[in-house]
Amino acid sequence: MDFDIIFGNAARAAFGPEAVILALAAIGLNVHFGFTGMLNCGQVGFLLLGAYGTSVSVATFGWSLWAGVLIGLFLSLALAAALGFPTLRLNPLLFAIATIAAAEIIRILIGSTDAIGLTGGPLSVSFDAGAFYDLNPYPDGPQDRYGIGTFEFTGQQLWVITVGWALIALISLAIFLLVRSPWGRVLKSIREDEDAARSLGKNVFSYKMQALLIGGGIGGLAGVIDAIKTSGADPNGFRPQVTFFAYAALLLGGAATYLGPVLGAVLFWFLREWIESFLRQLASESWLPGAASDFLDGAEGIISVAMVGLALVLLMLFRPQGLTGNRTELHLDAR
Amino acid sequence: MLVWTGGATAQTDSEADGASPTLLEGTLRVGFDQFVDGVEITVADQSGAEVGRATTDADGRWQIEVPGGGTYAVTLNERTLPDGVSLREGFAPTTEATAAEGASRPVVFAVGEAPEGTPFGERAAQTVFNGLKFGLIIAMCAIGLSLIYGTTGLVNFAHGELVTFGAVIAWYFNSAWGSLNLVVAAALTLAVCGMLGAGLEVGLFRPLRRRKLGVFQLVVVTIGLSLLGRQVIQLFFGAEPLSYRDFQVQKRWEVGPWSVTPRELVTIAVIIVLLLAVGLMLQRTRLGKAARAVSDNPSLAAASGIDVNRVVLLVWVMGAALAGLGGVFQGLDTDIDPFLGFQLLLLIFAGVELGGLGTAYGALAGSLIIGMATEVSTLWISPELKFVVPLAALILILLLRPQGLFGIKARVG
Repeated sequence: MDFDIIFGNAARAAFGPEAVILALAAIGLNVHFGFTGMLNCGQVGFLLLGAYGTSVSVATFGWSLWAGVLIGLFLSLALAAALGFPTLRLNPLLFAIATIAAAEIIRILIGSTDAIGLTGGPLSVSFDAGAFYDLNPYPDGPQDRYGIGTFEFTGQQLWVITVGWALIALISLAIFLLVRSPWGRVLKSIREDEDAARSLGKNVFSYKMQALLIGGGIGGLAGVIDAIKTSGADPNGFRPQVTFFAYAALLLGGAATYLGPVLGAVLFWFLREWIESFLRQLASESWLPGAASDFLDGAEGIISVAMVGLALVLLMLFRPQGLTGNRTELHLDAR
Repeated sequence: MLVWTGGATAQTDSEADGASPTLLEGTLRVGFDQFVDGVEITVADQSGAEVGRATTDADGRWQIEVPGGGTYAVTLNERTLPDGVSLREGFAPTTEATAAEGASRPVVFAVGEAPEGTPFGERAAQTVFNGLKFGLIIAMCAIGLSLIYGTTGLVNFAHGELVTFGAVIAWYFNSAWGSLNLVVAAALTLAVCGMLGAGLEVGLFRPLRRRKLGVFQLVVVTIGLSLLGRQVIQLFFGAEPLSYRDFQVQKRWEVGPWSVTPRELVTIAVIIVLLLAVGLMLQRTRLGKAARAVSDNPSLAAASGIDVNRVVLLVWVMGAALAGLGGVFQGLDTDIDPFLGFQLLLLIFAGVELGGLGTAYGALAGSLIIGMATEVSTLWISPELKFVVPLAALILILLLRPQGLFGIKARVG
């Protein structure tokens, strides 16, 4: 059992590109759910359009990467608008069902064989993200590693991470300023009591729509980074559970706080990878009975996702405000 | 009339292992269960030189090792396709695939039944029959979801996992433990799922109601349970689709324009009988009347002396048992895998929402319509896309008539 490797893997995951993507998805969700009280269960749809907007623009139409990024962001904003106009008046539970259905529709359409010519369909799509890596200031030889011990990244990874965390810092700051402003107070009042906000003459629909657009756009950005990181997109990477992972991160860190989603995403990936690495090492321990190691072999990922589900249940039972949240801010009652 | 892909499972760890070969692979099948064998596939590199050749085996599988990472042209020899099967319209016999060094890359050829053959009327009749069967299965799963919502206000995102659990536990009874006949296995499943429902209500949801957890927190609890349940099932059952031992190979009966298996007829008959029994129970028995009263207005029902907790327990037992049995029928109709229930969940939502949340009969009617719409849509659109239809219908209903077809207009929107 080599705990250096386990902690190294966990730390890499906690600050690596996956955590960046999850943190952005959770920040967007925080705007929807934490500040405005909209139970968006289709956040993955925004990521999907961000990722596919970028990938398809470059791979299928041969446009530049930067145009692709803009198109990815535009598509996710367009989804927010298209989704918001009809569904924002629904009650929170029905809104949740409508958003999860919308995200699934998009995933099925994009991943179908009929879409092969455009999006690659079930084959997934890949493109050359060279334009992004050309700007990489870190030397990226095959031997170049940055970090200490087992916590190290290649030059390319470090570049993605640098950009990602810089974006997270900027966006978190922007959200902080926005939510602290009078505009943000209206959002919170909608979350607490929509009718009260309306009776004070606030245009609730318009505020909700703005929140949906902002959070959706941030989700789209997460998708763009995902596409650049993997140089492509695969429909199987955008199943509904991605939204639930983002919820897990958000609720772990604390919804309706400024740094909760970021902290949550870091912890989410740290714990998930720690468990996976630990189980992987455990499976190869000689003292373990053969049956047990056979059972564990290849099951690390399944177990770690099961832990996410368990964590969601336990969080809601014992600490619904997460690590940093305020319990009174999160008692939404929709019946 | 479908596609298919290859095993995308073996990709994760092979990259680290420099010795593993670079592979292109796939499975050729029509629909979900008809594998196409004896089809020749060739692979050429960028210069056009052939680097590999294979023929699909009895399971439709083919696999070609290529010299290394890079882009290859993969060609399906159309003349080797069996009669009645052709490439789907709009798909070329040659496709490009980029393989990563040491990894296996799935390649898809979209093949389907040749378009000529069955006339439209006959195909339409067949899809209506399939739709009836599918709608009944959804209805059976939906009644529990709807009644649980009606009596407790809980939208159970883990309801799909109850369905999966039923399918899987019946598989264990049928194939692993004791090799019981599927009929016996299904009866046992009904009991086990009913007990599971009772356990969930008594052990988890009743205490949560007492603690007055917010609606949102309850939804997240069920989302967590759904993830947990699916993963645990996958842990023991595995991700590969399996089927029951019994009733697999059956001669099709030609009845009028329909071609049906006895299995399908029994499925339909059993579900109809069960649904009638549930309807009678709700309509005639004291407990059933109490259930409808609680569903209508829980506080009023409690005030008039109905033991709400007892009614909710009954609803959970009945709902979970029916959902589990629905899973068995769905597993019998397709394959059993850990995602079976989750795939149905949104369709169940659609059925329940179409009929009106919280109503038992509405859920039945809504599910039948959803099932029918899903299957009949395959007359015009590719079967892969058929689940888009109920989902789009779900969104439309939410927009146009959020109280559902049979719900009473209340403060829902």
